[in-house]
Amino acid sequence: MSPLTIGNRLAKNVAVQSSSDRPNCLTSGHRACQGCGEALGARCVLDAAYVATKGKIAVVNATGCLEVFSCVYPENSWRVPWLHSLFGNAPAVAAGVAAAFRQQGKEDVRVIAQGGDGALADIGMGCLSGMFERDDDVLCVCYDNQAYMNTGVQRSGATPAFARTATTLPTGNYLGNDAQTGKNLPKIAMAHGIPYVATASVGDIRDLEKKAAKAIRIKGAKYLHVHVPCPLGWGYPTSETIKIARAAIQCGLFPLFEAEHGKIVESTPIKEPIKVEDYLRGQRRFAHLFGKNAPPEALAALQNTADNNIREYALVGGADE
Amino acid sequence: MFQVRIHGRGGQGVVTAAEMLSIAAFSEGKYAQAFPSFGSERMGAPVVAFCRISDREIRLREPIMEPNAVIVQDRTVIDSANAFQGVVEKGFILVNSSHGMANDLKNVTLKCIGATEIALEHIGRPIPNAVLLGSFAGLTGILKIESVIEAIKTKFSGAIGEKNIAAARVAYDRTLGGA
Amino acid sequence: MLHQLEGSHAIARALALCRPGVVCAYPISPQTHILEGLEELIRSGKLQNCEYLNVESEMGALSVAIGGEAAGVRSYTATSSQGLLYMIEAVYNASGLELPIVMTLGNRALGSPINIWNDHSDAMSVRDSGWIMFFAETNQEAADLHILAFGIAEKVRCPVIVNVDGFILTHAYDRVDIPSQEEVDEFLPPYAPSVSMDVDSPIAIGTMVPPEYFMEVRHLAHRKHEDSLAMIECAGHAFEEKFGRISGGLLRGYNLRNADTIVVAMGSVAGTIKDAVDELNQEGGKFGELSLVCYRPFPEEALRNSLKNAKRVIVVEKSLAVGIGGILSREIELAMKGCDVEVISVIAGLGGRNITKTMLKECFGRKNHEKTTFLGLRNDIIGDQYRRISNDDC
Repeated sequence: MSPLTIGNRLAKNVAVQSSSDRPNCLTSGHRACQGCGEALGARCVLDAAYVATKGKIAVVNATGCLEVFSCVYPENSWRVPWLHSLFGNAPAVAAGVAAAFRQQGKEDVRVIAQGGDGALADIGMGCLSGMFERDDDVLCVCYDNQAYMNTGVQRSGATPAFARTATTLPTGNYLGNDAQTGKNLPKIAMAHGIPYVATASVGDIRDLEKKAAKAIRIKGAKYLHVHVPCPLGWGYPTSETIKIARAAIQCGLFPLFEAEHGKIVESTPIKEPIKVEDYLRGQRRFAHLFGKNAPPEALAALQNTADNNIREYALVGGADE
Repeated sequence: MFQVRIHGRGGQGVVTAAEMLSIAAFSEGKYAQAFPSFGSERMGAPVVAFCRISDREIRLREPIMEPNAVIVQDRTVIDSANAFQGVVEKGFILVNSSHGMANDLKNVTLKCIGATEIALEHIGRPIPNAVLLGSFAGLTGILKIESVIEAIKTKFSGAIGEKNIAAARVAYDRTLGGA
Repeated sequence: MLHQLEGSHAIARALALCRPGVVCAYPISPQTHILEGLEELIRSGKLQNCEYLNVESEMGALSVAIGGEAAGVRSYTATSSQGLLYMIEAVYNASGLELPIVMTLGNRALGSPINIWNDHSDAMSVRDSGWIMFFAETNQEAADLHILAFGIAEKVRCPVIVNVDGFILTHAYDRVDIPSQEEVDEFLPPYAPSVSMDVDSPIAIGTMVPPEYFMEVRHLAHRKHEDSLAMIECAGHAFEEKFGRISGGLLRGYNLRNADTIVVAMGSVAGTIKDAVDELNQEGGKFGELSLVCYRPFPEEALRNSLKNAKRVIVVEKSLAVGIGGILSREIELAMKGCDVEVISVIAGLGGRNITKTMLKECFGRKNHEKTTFLGLRNDIIGDQYRRISNDDC
């Protein structure tokens, strides 16, 4: 099922994460859960950006898991200048940091705003949209685990249809989250016409690093949306984060693409598409879709979403026909 | 202390008139305080603005209820705004009107001047505020016409400023001439 | 140099002399003319090395200032009323992060009912947020307090709100002395933060603080405020020495000697009160006035020293704590504990209600006051409406 088992050492370009002198911007000892996709995603993004800028990055972090597990005083795991202000304002704070660096002639220091889907798709969307609209020189990274994990797995605006969360329990006639597809933040970012928008996943580290390194060098507003499975919230064994992330890519539910100034310029093809069932089955948040009395429409609807993605983003060769 | 209340409608430069008055007084070394009747008045709504002029520092921050002079930029607000209320004895009322107006008030000087017509002729727009300030200088003698002209320059630059100044001079001369 | 200026433009020009590097705001009446004035100064090149960010909300405005200040640049924002409430989470954040941001608050009532006019309800909503808070009496003081505010904020490492009465000051044309750039440069040194976001010495700012440390953080913030009282007083003296006029400091008395009754107030109403006090004294009264310039930290000792010889203290306050009454009057009552002084609360000017000299004179001259007096209350309206809302059931 996994075509990406080639060893890093055999590849031409060694991944930052596989390098013995990777910067470890988010260093070990933090308090994230075993198998945390967000911790992995953040370390990969920041390390790649760090290497690409020769260490000149500054990070503004929204409230959320990433902030809580990384910095309980008097300890912290950040090896870069790092600022946490509030849940909903990271893009605006980062815009202020970027403006201050510009005033000091330090434009070579690149600014990253990062947070989860709750911080960026929901409570901070106004500040995010403002940052995009002003084209502030900030890379915003959303680590999307599709719910409010920090507070105990409640539904967010990015929670997919039919997912079980603490506030969308499948009971009676309810089949989990009754929204349609979850808020599509990459498309919202693209609608601002900003220079660069990309999706990435911890299921494809090389692609993630490539996009982070590219984005950090671009002047103006950038947005990187990273799919980060959460073993606690999604209900799967902690050893399977990468496997689950890859399955999301391969079934078409999480398309990988890049867009410039509002237009898609590149998408990562799926070599062997799998059924959405093969992605969903291993997660407790979708278990109610597989029971004896589960209505088949739910799975069909999710498969339909994946098929639409495959068509829209031309993920499989000749999909346009 | 000399207190002026200006009545008119939103869009006629009522607030600007009070500000120009204060700038004119300031240029003569006096203390002055100008302020609008605060609100969210839109174009065409009745508007009031105030200006205090004094040789001493002005500490008082209440609306002007007993004005020494009232300027009415639009005579259609006189009744609804009760524009003449509280005018002190030996006070002045200056009304923008090319028609005369009966003076029912004792010991108050009432003067009408067709400021809109003068504005249309000299500025090309029916904005009577600077014109009326020229007339005010002539009527009250509180401020020199030169000070009023200086104040107009700070608010209107270039050709439009020159036109406003010309119109204010005409009004000043006409007021002094008694025409 | 003397100018005849609108209060908001005087503030903008004073701010420009302070050389901020990041300015951001979201428009709300009556604060708008300040930011319009600043943007004009920036776009015309009169204020250089400064960036103006038009943001999407007040939350964005203060957040940009937080970022700017954390990255080592003098940062400024302004708001009023609902805008302050909209950014209130960031208000507490900025003081907790010890970022010396300066913010102008064009004081305005809070809704509902919506009301755009002046009172101090907005300021009172953040009185415990850890910001230093000044109140300007005149537009001269409003301009001067901004020059003072940056220096104080940066020394104390604490943000400062300069309260300026909305419309009454922000929209009034007054005589204002705007100092020269050289004078301000001599008075206000460039911003040199001891810590900021720096790739050469990375630090984490804004970490989570657990129960084992949180009490100490709060205790230190309180101590810092208390210690800053002396510094604020000194800064006022230094300002007077440099610029030759009195602005800032902790409080300012008028006719206090021999006064039986001292009227305490914050902001522009002090001017009208002084006129009322003068007339009452000409009629044989013994009245004085005390302006509270620095409201937070609360100058308890200085207040007690100024008020202890009075028989009566009348606090004219432009805000109301529903369910308890006057805020400032209760704080002063506590400050006067142990002194034989009657403290009277007069709630005045809520939602822009006019406060006239005549009303004040009548009120100050009364022999007896209710526990909380509402100045100029329209009892004709109250009667009917109170019957509507009152419930006979016990």
